[in-house]
Amino acid sequence: MSAPLFDALLRLGDDRLVLGHRTSEWCGHAPILEEDIALANIALDHIGQANLLLQYAGAVEGGGRDQDALAYFRDAIEYRNALICELPRGDFAVTIARHFFHGLYSVLQWEALSNSQDATIAGIAAKALKESRYHVRHAGEWVIRLGDGTDESHARAQAAVHLLWPYTGELFLQPVDESALVAAGLTADVSTLEGAWRATVDDVLHRATLTAPDGVWMQRGGRAGRHTEHLGHLLAEMQIVARSHPGAQW
Amino acid sequence: MTPNSPERSWPLWEVFTQGRDGEPHQHAGSVHATDAEHALQNARDVYARRNEAVNLWVVPSAAITASTPEDMGPFFDPANDKAYRHPQFYKVPKGVKVF
Repeated sequence: MSAPLFDALLRLGDDRLVLGHRTSEWCGHAPILEEDIALANIALDHIGQANLLLQYAGAVEGGGRDQDALAYFRDAIEYRNALICELPRGDFAVTIARHFFHGLYSVLQWEALSNSQDATIAGIAAKALKESRYHVRHAGEWVIRLGDGTDESHARAQAAVHLLWPYTGELFLQPVDESALVAAGLTADVSTLEGAWRATVDDVLHRATLTAPDGVWMQRGGRAGRHTEHLGHLLAEMQIVARSHPGAQW
Repeated sequence: MTPNSPERSWPLWEVFTQGRDGEPHQHAGSVHATDAEHALQNARDVYARRNEAVNLWVVPSAAITASTPEDMGPFFDPANDKAYRHPQFYKVPKGVKVF
């Protein structure tokens, strides 16, 4: 069961690592000082979650790889994050809409995983749940303000929803090789989370005077290592120092 | 109008943090925000992200009435020669070690 558990932990950890790194790109560029700090906090929360998840993934794998080896010495094809996490940061509306969509997914995931029979997963989930609840509160309030704001902010928020929507379906695709883990109560079946996710999304979009597109083709591939061109660029930037100076201490 | 000109910036809010249950809220600083919930979130991110607080107040800065430098004399000076307003003439009972 260790190989499926390793893969499941990579899916969890890689989502947070890639989204955390993407979010860190806002550092020094956010629209106002307060938001700059908020986004940096959120980025660090994600990277902190990834740190715990990849550390545990390395331990489960039992091959001597720690979280740094997994973060800095895997290529894009070995990453298991959902595509929505790696898309370019876009404008502020895209960043906010993505944090709302993925944050809400995370809350539901952590709620389920905090009951995991695996004590380490349950512990990480309980800690991450508090963080993700705040991320959703932050992003959700912004979705409503941008959508129900000025003509400009409404147009940008609606464009962000349209851009990201085709990437939301992949979040709820349950990998076949995880079924034994789900049956044993170790991990959660993400396909069961979609109903609750959609209900909250519809409620917030409605309050934001925004609409979700209907019947669009859903992208997939990230969970199988088939990524967009954007992940390679992100990893190149994230990994360059560790790869140029392997084992360096600072 | 530049993006940072006063006409375009969001209202200012004063932030008060309570370090522990039972302690008084103390002024921590200020944030810009569009409304109360937004101010609360910004205050959390700027002033309470390192475990500094268990509770937050945000107050519109415009709602605060402050004394002015001109008030200095009439407000505060008269206290100096009215020693009877200070409680140092009371004998502290034996056993009270707080003072």
